[in-house]
Amino acid sequence: MRAIIRMLAAFLRLFYQSVYLALGQIWTNKTRSILTTIGIVIGVASVTAVIAALTGLKAKVLNQVESFGTNTIFIFPTQPDKGPMRHASWWTIRFLPEHFDDILEHCPSVERFSRIAGVGRYTAHYREKSAENVEVMGIEPAYHEIQNRPVSLGRKISVIDNMQVRPVCLIDPKLRDELRLDRDCIGQTIRIGHHTFRIVGVIERQPELQLGESGQERYEVFIPFRTTFKMGKPWIMAFAASKGTEVTEEAQAEISFFLRRTRNIKPGEPDTFRVESVKRFMDTFNSIALMVTLVAGGVVGISLLVGGVGIMNIMLVSVSERTREIGLRKAVGAKKSAILTQFLIEAVVLCFIGGLVGVGIGQCLTMIISGINPVLDMVYIPAWAILLSFSFAGSVGIFFGMFPAIKAARLDPIEALRHE
Amino acid sequence: MTEKAEKLIIRLQEVTRIYKVGVEHIHALDGINLELGENEYVAVMGASGSGKSTLMNVLGCLDRATSGCYELDGQDTTKMSDATLARIRNERIGFVFQSFELLGQLSALKNVEMPLIYSQNGWWSRHMRAKNVLERVGLGDRIKHKPNQLSGGEKQRVAIARALVCNPSILLADEPTGNLDSKTSEGILDLFDQLYREGQTIIIVTHEEHVALHARRTIHMRDGRIYSDLPRDQDPAYNTTMQEDAREEPE
Repeated sequence: MRAIIRMLAAFLRLFYQSVYLALGQIWTNKTRSILTTIGIVIGVASVTAVIAALTGLKAKVLNQVESFGTNTIFIFPTQPDKGPMRHASWWTIRFLPEHFDDILEHCPSVERFSRIAGVGRYTAHYREKSAENVEVMGIEPAYHEIQNRPVSLGRKISVIDNMQVRPVCLIDPKLRDELRLDRDCIGQTIRIGHHTFRIVGVIERQPELQLGESGQERYEVFIPFRTTFKMGKPWIMAFAASKGTEVTEEAQAEISFFLRRTRNIKPGEPDTFRVESVKRFMDTFNSIALMVTLVAGGVVGISLLVGGVGIMNIMLVSVSERTREIGLRKAVGAKKSAILTQFLIEAVVLCFIGGLVGVGIGQCLTMIISGINPVLDMVYIPAWAILLSFSFAGSVGIFFGMFPAIKAARLDPIEALRHE
Repeated sequence: MTEKAEKLIIRLQEVTRIYKVGVEHIHALDGINLELGENEYVAVMGASGSGKSTLMNVLGCLDRATSGCYELDGQDTTKMSDATLARIRNERIGFVFQSFELLGQLSALKNVEMPLIYSQNGWWSRHMRAKNVLERVGLGDRIKHKPNQLSGGEKQRVAIARALVCNPSILLADEPTGNLDSKTSEGILDLFDQLYREGQTIIIVTHEEHVALHARRTIHMRDGRIYSDLPRDQDPAYNTTMQEDAREEPE
């Protein structure tokens, strides 16, 4: 035991000494060291920046999805990949309101359900003021819970609104401000297209995931589902919420089964609609993120490889420059292993310094990216990415430093001391 | 053979060292027999190619004899592994080179500490031992100086301190005054005399008679063999070489 501790202490001393010598060596050859480590610096900086940006984006998207609720299911018509309905017009495959009748009774895993009717974009008027790009959507009461869109003022769209086809609406706060309505605008009436609606509530805006598209402001107005039929022929889809994340897939299957029956799709024929969950969307997003990470990783791998070759080259130069020193060290009692350790550590220290600078530059890059793109808040390089880059840089140092270090360790002390 | 000291430090028996150059075999050492006791001061002389450097390398465990037996402090070194030889060099042998071989980026103290890094010594003991030995060679006030801030003589003193720091059995000096002017050389040789008086065994390889004059025993080599091995007062070469030296100005 004592012997092991002594050996460990001796190694630590050698290690410390080697690090000290390596830093001295790097300091004396500053320019050379900087040029040598640039490959490593670029590699580490790019990988950390990419990972940081991706992590930030992912956190943002997850946040968004969580605001939807992770058990949300989207139901919308679509042409199948094959079969006679492949080229069917959108109108043929559209949903009808009665397709969804009694869906809750037939789908035990579904907690809430709301049909959505999109009637397009209109211009809203209030007195002299008007606002373009107003998206009008017909909803049922469950929509508020499914989409996590509570009202901040007034009341929600109710079952009675739907039954009586009332001309009432919810507006978003931005539209209220744009139209210069009162702060408490409940009871005021606005004109949308050729129809007049009484405002019953103000609905909170959704946290927006704006990727580039920022130009024109978009407003939302929600009216009762059945009221949309007075405005024209609505495009119908539906949102549902499963009873829990774990039964989301069952809920999807139940909805599919139910809709195939109500839409008279014969067995063997493909679906003319899609039942998608947020989970699947997340899976897709994750796999894309993973792919980007892998591609970035590959690029970085190549860059580290190039950097490693640079390190190897400079270490070979260092060994031949310091041949006499190696000879001397051997003469005063350095074993092969000591010389090997010294040069290996020098290479690793060089790589670590490269890694350190790389992480710093990566963080700067990340800050620049998040400065340019408002989608990303202040993002930081995750700890695991820093650890990963360091261990990678260290491995590169060991891998490419090994050959020069072995060369140094195998030098014959007599020859080395005679070296000019 | 000269009188034997009580304890033998070095014993060479029929040591040869043969280099292969192409198909040719060069006998750098050709059957050397040598015994060296404690606290001897030996000068090894000879023309270049006489084998004195090879002898030096073998004595210093930097090189292995091709055949024969080399005992250092009673241990046969010919069968030792490279790692053991490294330890022997560290603990028993101190090298002094013609061109000092100091590391330019390290202070005098750190240079002297270097051999101790390779043996098991704590930071403090390293520091103290290096400091003491630097004081012993008269450089107690220059320990923080880097080699480029030291004169040639001072550099060689640092190198001697480095050789002494592990308390070696033998101090091997290869042309220690070769790069120094004659006045500085005398200072270094006085230091060797002082170390000899303190009990150190010293072997100096040189081709300068006035350097060899300081030693108590002189070994002349020629063609890989010991040509003469005499204590100073019996060496007939002395008076004549002294006169030669007086005639030919040293470079």
